Amino acid sequence: MSTTDEPEQQPPVEEAKPETPKIASPVGTPVAVATPRGSVSSAQNVNLNLNPKEAEFTNAKAFLLTASTKTNINLYDHLSKVISNILDGRPANAVDIFEDISKDCKRDKFISKVDTIQDKVDRSTEVELAEVQKPLFEKNTDEGADIEVEEDNESPLPNLPELMYNFEQADVGVSREEMVRIYLALKNLVDNHPLQSCRFWGKIIGTEKNYIIAEVEYREGEEEEEDEEEEAEAEEQTEKEDDEAGEEGEEAEEDDTPKPDWKPPPVIPREENRTGANKKTYFVTIEPGKMWTKLPPVTPQQISVARQIKKFFTGRLDSPVISYPPFPGNEANYLRAQIARISAGTHISPLGFYQFDEEEEEEEDSEGRDSFVENPDFEGIPVRELVDPSLSNWVHHVQHILPQGRCSWYNPVQQQEDEFEDEEEDEEREEPDEPEPETGPPLLTPLSEDAEIDNLPPWSAKLSSNLVPQYAISVLHSNLWPGAHAFGTEKKFENVYIGWGHKYLQDNYSPPQLPPAMEEFPSGPEITEAEDPTVEEEAALRAAQQEAQENAEEMEDVDEDEDEEDV
Amino acid sequence: MDAEGFHLNISLVGNSGIVLSPERRAALETSLVILQNQQKFNRVFFWGKILGIKDDYFIAQGVGDDEMMDRKTLYSTDCVTWSLVPQATTAMKEQCSVVKGRFTGDPSYEYEHTEIKRIGEGEDAQEEENTITIKEEDRLASVISQVDEDVAIVPRGAYIKAPSGTVIRNRSFQGLEIHDAVKLSSYFHFREPVRLNQKSLLDKADLDKAIDFLDAIDEDVPKRSWSLQLERGSGLIILRSLLWEGLTFYHVPGTTKYGYMYNGSGEMNKDLPFML
Repeated sequence: MSTTDEPEQQPPVEEAKPETPKIASPVGTPVAVATPRGSVSSAQNVNLNLNPKEAEFTNAKAFLLTASTKTNINLYDHLSKVISNILDGRPANAVDIFEDISKDCKRDKFISKVDTIQDKVDRSTEVELAEVQKPLFEKNTDEGADIEVEEDNESPLPNLPELMYNFEQADVGVSREEMVRIYLALKNLVDNHPLQSCRFWGKIIGTEKNYIIAEVEYREGEEEEEDEEEEAEAEEQTEKEDDEAGEEGEEAEEDDTPKPDWKPPPVIPREENRTGANKKTYFVTIEPGKMWTKLPPVTPQQISVARQIKKFFTGRLDSPVISYPPFPGNEANYLRAQIARISAGTHISPLGFYQFDEEEEEEEDSEGRDSFVENPDFEGIPVRELVDPSLSNWVHHVQHILPQGRCSWYNPVQQQEDEFEDEEEDEEREEPDEPEPETGPPLLTPLSEDAEIDNLPPWSAKLSSNLVPQYAISVLHSNLWPGAHAFGTEKKFENVYIGWGHKYLQDNYSPPQLPPAMEEFPSGPEITEAEDPTVEEEAALRAAQQEAQENAEEMEDVDEDEDEEDV
Repeated sequence: MDAEGFHLNISLVGNSGIVLSPERRAALETSLVILQNQQKFNRVFFWGKILGIKDDYFIAQGVGDDEMMDRKTLYSTDCVTWSLVPQATTAMKEQCSVVKGRFTGDPSYEYEHTEIKRIGEGEDAQEEENTITIKEEDRLASVISQVDEDVAIVPRGAYIKAPSGTVIRNRSFQGLEIHDAVKLSSYFHFREPVRLNQKSLLDKADLDKAIDFLDAIDEDVPKRSWSLQLERGSGLIILRSLLWEGLTFYHVPGTTKYGYMYNGSGEMNKDLPFML
């Protein structure tokens, strides 16, 4: 009996059953042990004394008792086990789930009790991630005393759960657990950097990983300290590049390769930190709990190329952006450019929440103001008015990005007067030497001024609940940037973006056409094909040449004479 | 997405930005039960949401005995009253393919499309304008059936073809193992197979006729039109279609939790080749 307890170590074992049919005989009651072949031969021996019906029966049974060469069980035992299981369990509709029971029986039999790799620790990616995220939930005990002191100061950390709760009323957001993780990750960011403000900007979905993006502002003057290290690295890099360029230059002299006479359009300098499109700094991470990576500032070139391309994000910041026109930079720059565009297009606030700083108003009247302060007297706008389809109660609070790629216009003619801009929008200008300053809508322009494109209203305003409208909140969904949302209650508002990071196009995207091929040589008489001269023409030419030569010789003689005189 | 345990299933796709407000979740849980009972469905699925400018469409599907063929689609704008979506015919799909732009949210809205036909040849050619109107309800029906055709997917082994030819849920499906779940070949289009019949006998030799009766998605054109991500380490598989942006499929490996949900504008991403 002991042999049946360890089926996997058992040699091919067969049960020689008694001749009388015995259905549902308990498994593992061998009367005698014999190999399958033995049982067949013994059956044949017995066969001599049996009638044909009984002989057929024993043969069939012997077949059922044949052990599988792969799994070492036989059908007879298996069937009897299945049937006894069914009779024990008495499930409803047994015939329908017969296969399942059969499968379960087989599975039960082959669960290994001794696992040689049992002691190996399971380090699946799931465990790894959980360990990365665990520190988020640990209370920082060392600085416990400090935190109490700091509570008096205003922390830049937003009340994200409350904001996301409001978004959830409007079918926007991420799952709550994820939101808490993002919240804790933001807390981590605030603790480790000198930040003045910090908010959850949104989430951009990529093909391999997703980006979680935080929008921050450094405290006055503290960003530079952090930047210094980065700049030092950047300088080293440029030095290296310079060296390489120098080497290339030498080579070029040896080979004397032709140089194109195409001159690149003047480089429009990027806006300084804290102004225009670089007003805020952005941190990005692919999983809450992992390292936050600071995105580089955006340049006008990147914005203008980003407007012409449409690419999926992969989720790797260092992956190249392969596109036409070529994008200057890698995915981190592309991400930053899209963030700037989305922010400029979709960050909105209720009218009156922000106001211009009155002291600065007079100074910057001509250039257009770029800063504002929170209005302490903001009364709040009723939700009913916020969802009014005219949308005049909402304003943009991020500067519009001009076609040039900057928020404040830069005159490229200032330095390079003989070159003109190569911008699409500038082509219409009559005199390229004197570019007209580009202007966009000023800051805090109401949404009612937003352009309607192909009968598509740029915003859809909705109430979060139609059943209980008195407690509902107002929600705006952007139609130009699908995934950008804003909510507004009496005194609170917030913007968030959750999507793929692309602008909505009603028509299909088509990449810009390639420029016509440049001429290799200027067309002139040297390279123009002409008809061969006839014999007469050649003779005439030769005669003329001869005559000219004679004249020249005469002239030379005169010259020589003159020379001699000079000497 | 199975309506049974709806609130649990919806939380699995939350990280993709698909969230429903508590009010809608509650309304759906109530109305879908009634729907199942009234329409005599075996099971009800919450199919997803098509975003309109003014209003959104919520879409549910109910199945009868054959899970693949015996399927009815219903829509609602308030999650409570459901109306049947008309059957999408080939002619209807062709007609609706000319419509572009967003859905409005009003099922009785009519799109106008002007087609210019040239009659005659050479100088005698005359241009004739032919204006057709397309109801938004018809467009909705054709988009839903197109999405189902293109990107509705199930894990391998989740459904079996019974000897009678009906497609039924596989009771003994235990979920994909993690090493299978990260392969695109483990997911099947839940539609009448198209590519399977074109395969050579050699390719079909290893297939299990009860299970491999559908097209695998790893042969989809263009390649990389699916984005597979592991969330929570490897605890949740998320598959997003890049062709129909907004379609999210989820599967928890080793369990029978799987399903898909659409949450988008109802427009096919025709720019896909440029975006990869």
